[in-house]
Amino acid sequence: MSPDEEKTNQPVTVLACPISLDYAYSAGQSASRFLRAIADGKLVGQRCPVDGRVYFPSRGACPMHGVTFGDDAVELSDKGTVVTFSIVRVPSQNIALPLPYITINVLLDGADTILIHVLDAKLEDVHMGMRVQAVWKPREEWTTSTANILYFRPIPEPDAKYDSYKEHI
Amino acid sequence: MREVAVVGFTQSPSVRREPNRNEIEILIPVIQALREQTGLSSKDFDFICSGSSDYLAGQSFAFVSGLDAVGAWPPVCESHVEMDGAWALYEAWVKIQMGYADTALVYGFGKPSMGDLPLTMALQLDPYMMMPLWPDAISIAGLQARHCIESGVLRPEDMAAAAVRDRANAKSNPNAQVKGDFSVKQLLAEPFLVNPLRKSDCAPISDGASAIVLAAGDRARKLRDRPAWIRGIEHICEPMDFGVRDLGRSRSTEIAARKAGVSNDKIDVAELSAPFTHQEILVERALGLSQKTKVNPSGGALAGNPMMAVGLSRIGESASRIWSGEADRAVAHATSGPCLQQNLVCVLEGN
Repeated sequence: MSPDEEKTNQPVTVLACPISLDYAYSAGQSASRFLRAIADGKLVGQRCPVDGRVYFPSRGACPMHGVTFGDDAVELSDKGTVVTFSIVRVPSQNIALPLPYITINVLLDGADTILIHVLDAKLEDVHMGMRVQAVWKPREEWTTSTANILYFRPIPEPDAKYDSYKEHI
Repeated sequence: MREVAVVGFTQSPSVRREPNRNEIEILIPVIQALREQTGLSSKDFDFICSGSSDYLAGQSFAFVSGLDAVGAWPPVCESHVEMDGAWALYEAWVKIQMGYADTALVYGFGKPSMGDLPLTMALQLDPYMMMPLWPDAISIAGLQARHCIESGVLRPEDMAAAAVRDRANAKSNPNAQVKGDFSVKQLLAEPFLVNPLRKSDCAPISDGASAIVLAAGDRARKLRDRPAWIRGIEHICEPMDFGVRDLGRSRSTEIAARKAGVSNDKIDVAELSAPFTHQEILVERALGLSQKTKVNPSGGALAGNPMMAVGLSRIGESASRIWSGEADRAVAHATSGPCLQQNLVCVLEGN
């Protein structure tokens, strides 16, 4: 049997079927409002008309009550409280930070939903309730992207009380 | 069997491209309008079921955020099908039949304008032999249309006549996308899009959403003076391989129609969800409709084709004509898969 015939007689075990689809994605009205605001260095959420909770980033409707948020934007501080944290020692393709680094769930002042980000601090210093603030890229580099915030850093304020963030753990 | 009726229906207009709103923002006002129409709030729904496609959204688990439009607190009993909302309605109907629910909210939504719909549809083909060829949905339907014409099943004039009828009917439908007065001669003069299909043979690409409320027995009677009772509902699927199917008829529609009892009595109104004119003719024949049946009073899928909602809307359009007394008995049809692979038939009655 020739090498070609031998190959032909082998069962097909793998079928490569590369596929790709292109999308022209629209962020939507609420997310667009958030992204335009962050291009100006503002952090914008929206308030639920039923219970007053502030959702950040802004979104179209309250996921708890199913009501539209309307056009009211709530501007939030770039300061917040570390709700939980994790020390990352495994590399990730999308995050070019040197290991180990700290990821945090941060509750921005005035918000009722958490934001996931990274914290620039000593590993032994990070703790729940720690007060932190966003560190932004230079103003001329701001775009309609959450990447305008480079990371959070600790600020010299007393720790937030547990009761103030326990709902978000 | 429990008595189950369609008691609420709302839909967005079908539009070629929603420039600013995302899928969920298209859905939100549709659900809100349904709450207002029925006077029900989210906590009144014992079961919630939706139909959408992550391939249209280009995101995995995109359907989860659809619940933003509903409000899912306290936690709700909810399910999703990666199919047209008509199949979500079927699941809700089963849930009610089993006694797990007396009311259900069903919705479907899609924003195909974000991608290339005919190419996205290639993903529903078999992954070994067909999909690697990447045939677009219009070319696939064109092969079926060619088969139908060459084998004498139908003529191009019949196809154009279907488009003429639907576009004329759609003039009274404010949510329709393609409407107006045309002649067969005029449409046959159009150039081919994919020979033998002209643009007028193809349903438009539409962004949109629709939603329905189902209710059982006395709950339905309280919500509507004349509920649209589901007297028969069935869906049947044919094999994936085109080579083993008779593409010149819709066997699965025939079987589903028989099981749903379409021919048990006269049908006043039929709403069909076939996305191509030749397929609409095949479905119409498979349902065994007489000349007395008004077909596609809304214009059907050829007048507005919001992906993942278009079949559900056919049930809603049929039900609304029962509520108004315009029809005593109606049949709604939904389809899924290439060349009418899977079909759902739903018979609605006012009495």
